[in-house]
Amino acid sequence: MSKHREKSGKIKLPAESDPENDPGLPEIFEDDFIKLNASRRNFLKAFGYSFASAALLAACKRPVIKAIPYADQPPEITPGNALYYSSTYFDGHEYCSVLVKTRDGRPIKIEGNSLSKFNGEGTTARVQASVLSLYDDSRPKNPMVENSQASWEKADSAIRYSLESINLSDKQIVLLTSTIISPSTIGLIGQFGREFRNFRWVKYDPVSYSAILQANAACFGKPVIPDYNFRKTELVVSFFTDFLGTWVAPVHFIPGYVARRKLNNGKTEMLRHIQYESGLTLTGSNADIRRKIKPSEERILLMDLYDRIAKATGSETFGATAFREDLSGLAESLVSARGKSIVVSGTNNTEIQIIVNGINSMLGNYESCIDLVYHVNIASGIDSDMESLVNDMSEGKVGAVLMYNVNPAYDYHDPQKFIDGLKKASLSVNMSDRQDETTGIAIYECPVNHYLESWCDAEIIPGQLSLAQPCINNLFDTRSFQDSLLVWSKNTMTWHDYLADRWEKEYFPKSGLPSFRDFWNESLSKGVFNYQSSEEKVSPINNRLVSEVMQKKMQASAEGFEIVLTESIPLGNGRHANNPWLMELPDPMSRHCWENVASVSAADAQRLGLVDGQLINLGQGILLPALIQPGQADGTLSTALGYGHSASGKVAEKKGVNVYPLAGMEGGNRTYNLTMPGIQADATITELALVQLHSSMEGRPIVRNTVLGSYRKNKSSGNEMHEEFESKHKSLYPELIFDGFHWAMAIDLNACIGCHTCVIACQAENNSPTVGKDEVRRNRIMQWIKVHRYYSEDHDNPRVYFQPVFCQHCDNAPCENVCPVSATNHSNEGLNQMSYNRCVGTKYCMNNCPYRVRRFNWFRYTNNKKAFDYNSASDLGKMVLNPDVTVRERGVVEKCTFCVQRIQAKKLEAKINGSVIKDNDIKTACMQACPAGAIVFGDLNDAGSRVSELFRDPRNYHLLEELHTLPSIGFLTKVWNLDEET
Amino acid sequence: MYNRRIRGPLIEGNRNIGDVTRDVISPLESAPALWWYIAITLTTIATLYGAYAIYITVAYGIGTWGVNNSVAWGWEIINFVWWIGIGHAGTAFSIFLLILRQRWRTSINRSAEAMTVLAVMCAAIFPALHMGRVWLAFYIFPYPNTRGPLWVNFNSPLFWDFTAITAYLLISASFWYLGMLPDLGTVRDQTRSKIKKAVYGFFSLGWTGSSRQWLRFEALSFVLGGIAAVLVVSVHSIVSTDFAVGVEPGWHSTIFPPFFVVGAIFSGFAMVMTLMVIIRKIYNLTNYITDNHLDAIARILIFISLIMGTAYLTELFIALYSGSNYEIFTVFSNRVFGDYKIQFWAMFICNALIPQLFWFKSVRRNWMTLLMVSLFINLGMWFERYMIVITSLSNDFLPANWAPYKATHIDIGVYIGTIGLFATGVLLFMRYIPMMAIAELKGVVKIGTKKAD
Repeated sequence: MSKHREKSGKIKLPAESDPENDPGLPEIFEDDFIKLNASRRNFLKAFGYSFASAALLAACKRPVIKAIPYADQPPEITPGNALYYSSTYFDGHEYCSVLVKTRDGRPIKIEGNSLSKFNGEGTTARVQASVLSLYDDSRPKNPMVENSQASWEKADSAIRYSLESINLSDKQIVLLTSTIISPSTIGLIGQFGREFRNFRWVKYDPVSYSAILQANAACFGKPVIPDYNFRKTELVVSFFTDFLGTWVAPVHFIPGYVARRKLNNGKTEMLRHIQYESGLTLTGSNADIRRKIKPSEERILLMDLYDRIAKATGSETFGATAFREDLSGLAESLVSARGKSIVVSGTNNTEIQIIVNGINSMLGNYESCIDLVYHVNIASGIDSDMESLVNDMSEGKVGAVLMYNVNPAYDYHDPQKFIDGLKKASLSVNMSDRQDETTGIAIYECPVNHYLESWCDAEIIPGQLSLAQPCINNLFDTRSFQDSLLVWSKNTMTWHDYLADRWEKEYFPKSGLPSFRDFWNESLSKGVFNYQSSEEKVSPINNRLVSEVMQKKMQASAEGFEIVLTESIPLGNGRHANNPWLMELPDPMSRHCWENVASVSAADAQRLGLVDGQLINLGQGILLPALIQPGQADGTLSTALGYGHSASGKVAEKKGVNVYPLAGMEGGNRTYNLTMPGIQADATITELALVQLHSSMEGRPIVRNTVLGSYRKNKSSGNEMHEEFESKHKSLYPELIFDGFHWAMAIDLNACIGCHTCVIACQAENNSPTVGKDEVRRNRIMQWIKVHRYYSEDHDNPRVYFQPVFCQHCDNAPCENVCPVSATNHSNEGLNQMSYNRCVGTKYCMNNCPYRVRRFNWFRYTNNKKAFDYNSASDLGKMVLNPDVTVRERGVVEKCTFCVQRIQAKKLEAKINGSVIKDNDIKTACMQACPAGAIVFGDLNDAGSRVSELFRDPRNYHLLEELHTLPSIGFLTKVWNLDEET
Repeated sequence: MYNRRIRGPLIEGNRNIGDVTRDVISPLESAPALWWYIAITLTTIATLYGAYAIYITVAYGIGTWGVNNSVAWGWEIINFVWWIGIGHAGTAFSIFLLILRQRWRTSINRSAEAMTVLAVMCAAIFPALHMGRVWLAFYIFPYPNTRGPLWVNFNSPLFWDFTAITAYLLISASFWYLGMLPDLGTVRDQTRSKIKKAVYGFFSLGWTGSSRQWLRFEALSFVLGGIAAVLVVSVHSIVSTDFAVGVEPGWHSTIFPPFFVVGAIFSGFAMVMTLMVIIRKIYNLTNYITDNHLDAIARILIFISLIMGTAYLTELFIALYSGSNYEIFTVFSNRVFGDYKIQFWAMFICNALIPQLFWFKSVRRNWMTLLMVSLFINLGMWFERYMIVITSLSNDFLPANWAPYKATHIDIGVYIGTIGLFATGVLLFMRYIPMMAIAELKGVVKIGTKKAD
């Protein structure tokens, strides 16, 4: 390492001028020169000096900035080559086994770990964006004691002392964490807790699954979230469950769900998906049949359904009141799909979950589709525990609160009570890897590492382990949570040694490898380790409990507007609000970003006199802009959690409104539904940051779709015009010949669920800037991928179509011939190329692109602290940039390149190795990130490639093919699992 | 030949050759009136506002305008086409009326040509400013370079555009300036101010009025006129290809070149009418710019207005006839009955209907109505360009990309700036350059008068 290289690996530039050694102006130009007589002599003196200095200046070189190489180069690093490390993403709420791409020692991109049985190569938008959170300027940078900077030694000795003295009293020592799925950490916490007389570990999840945990504990004696196996399923009936978007583990559910929806290899069978919900969710958008119900109707519906199924299966019935709709069809199809169906509810209500368990049990789904044995280990927080903790805290029963990865000052329903309680504890420590509302409330701030700087492990499903390893040195003076626990329990081991030690004792024997070193290295390099976990079988369902719940009289629900609080696709539960990429990620359904909105139905909007963007007063100082959402149930209002931060960094602050305070407790669980006597429209009308303003296809063949019934009869059903358009393609010009590669892409619209992961993957790979709310309002978002969302003509409960649109790489590209400077042109491999250096910004290409996929740098979006102070304006934030992709200047046009840097890298690799590029060797960022495997990239000249195969599929068509643009992207028609067109 | 009883004299008031010289030169010799100072102050302020808007654009980026990723061209392109259209009149006047032996053009052609040069200058600001990286504008020049050499894209209408406008500006400026030489010589000979004598003397390039000079002058005018005649047609045809070559619905149309040329001449003649009515009123030049002149321009305007109306209806018909949903949507759902119906009907009424008032002689003979109608035509022609540029872009093929367009105060500022620049130029022209071609007027001073009979 040279002296110019800082710890962060950033090269510091030599100062351009040194004020102390600055010779200053020569005497002749000092003030009194003016006063000199303007004699000929003086004139010549000045003239001569000026001339000489001009000549001298002209001969000067610009300061040379040297990049200094490693004096001692680490053997694994070749400058310019990327290294991939396997790791594990778990933020307390979402899990993904990942590969971290590092360049010159800095992580720049997250990919899914294809060796993981849980998520494969898929990721989600939150996982993709997590790399940017590493380079967040607002991260806490060093330990603090009472809000002033301190050393670790000082903080540690003070915390240890306090812990010892509290331990002498009767007061509780509480560890408050998010859900932890790391077996080693759980072991360590157990060990840590044993040192104290009155230790209590409370797990707190702001978006909790505690009802499912409790229902399963009551029904089956096991407080777990089961694994839902969509691959074996024929029918999914889901109530308020966004399992494709945010619920439990979308990254795990999507591949299974899509595998049963794809119609590849001549398949003609599909999973059928029925969704009951109030607000339109991503999952509801993909459902074959979607019904609108109010949250208060869910229980009536489920009880009716239970009874009908019970009748059909010969179980005990309870004479439940009939639901307003006839459910006989639904019950019939569930019964006929017995053992091959899933009924799932996302409502955090134990009784509802028990009824759902009863239904699934009668249908025999626990044998095949719902796995309670190898369950998903994603959440373990019980809401009532947290409530009792807060009560204890306010009663002064708690002596010490050690908080890790939680933000109750923001997301607890009564944050003030929590904060007041915390002040009563004599020791409070906050351990967070980011700045949030809870930071600064505790006496001690012991900031922890970002996950990319940390060692950890995780067991997501019993027997499916994964490891996390640091991919960069700590950027700041932070320490992992586990190291802190070790230090405070006077254990001299480091966390890494503790972890390795535990793996040696627990898992190494299960591996069958000769030495622990081999096992450890292999596990680290693969990132995952699977073993046969001997889990106990669950006990059969407790029928007595089910009948108790079924017999319970329904309480009459209060009249009024029903509010549904949901997680959002971009922000999840709100932990990542300070991530500019996620903040600017449009919501897949409403297509807005930068804030949360109150979705209301058109009928309600008319009744209340609301227009888009008009504020709605929900009481408690909550004013949300309205968004008229097709498909919203009348009398309900949906809004997203996770927005409205007050102290979580500059990006998150004051964006939207925090609605967590509305999520109170009911029946021992946090409830995300509530009823309000009425809502009021405010006079103020705000402008939403919408990225799409028009939702109808206007009868144009844009997303071609059909139903399974027609598809079975005719494979090109819905796509009949494709052949006609193909036959009409005539040209005066000679056909382009691609003699090497001909890159192309196929997108299966039946597999694409619209999750927007590709958007962030592309942004991370291609250095797209964040432009802010105002620029989004002006329709200047810079993301290269837009996932267009269309509604069918039924605005009351529309069918939703998603279509990712980016550069179509037309072989007859309208943009190419109009550029006056040839800045955009066609490669001999079929790529539509953009040379930024040549572009003068006439924007003609943007107008002439019928797909509108070109983006213009309207302002200087990078390096612009004044107007666009997001990640690309700060030195730290810029470390996320991919060095293989140019950062674009103001005034140039940019667009999707088919990840040409990836193509070139693989071609180079093949050339050096003397090998041939095989199908699937080259993956674009969007394709690699897609959890649904909807995107296939490859070479059309290779007749055996997957993309060639898909191009020959009768479902394949090109967007706007009637324009004879000859796009290199093909779309496969969307097929709904319905028997006939509705 | 010329029938006086039908047409009346070309120059009224029985002026002789000496009178012509005195009449035309007098504004140059006398001190300007108060109104002139007030006017030039206002126009300078407008120009400075434009300069500020241009500074903001170049310093901060095109993001300060209302354009966006769906509607990437806005007011600047509208104004560019509008100004270029206006810039057609001068040369069209000089050349076409010359070819058609319409000698009444002599009292108007000088101002019309000045207007052309100024309008083309105003127009030329926009494409340059519209570039994202205006400092690299030279990339658009086809010059041998060290980058390969890397040539421009000869297939791009924008390159044709650049070539056509540059050529047109050069030719029309030369034509105007060289045509002025005898008059500059006259001013030089008439003036008593030494400075003026020196300045006009320099710019008259040593004009003595010898027969040989006249011979060469005529030859040069003839050659330049010949080139300019081609350019008048080519410039706006090429500007139209910026749109016609595009795939956008409403742009992709073969009617565009003739439609644009006719539209350009229409707006140019309207602007000539506007200026002539004003100049004639201010300088009391009714003897030279007679009612007959204005009447003739008005008759031309009716004729072109009919062509415009036909073109608009043809566009509607072709959109229907094409059977293309995109075309039908753009033309009918978007323009005629849709989001942009105000612009469409403003265009149609101003360009195709209001000029029909010129069928009435009383309208043609009243300077107020002439002025009003000519202003309506200019407005209508602006709306026509707005409709073409914006409606096609904002609602095109994929509805998910549809976005509205709204100009910002910077867009408006640049436009006001060019209007200021144009008006300042006109004011300076009135003050420092003989407004009518003295030498040519002398050639027609007797035509149609009783003496000539």
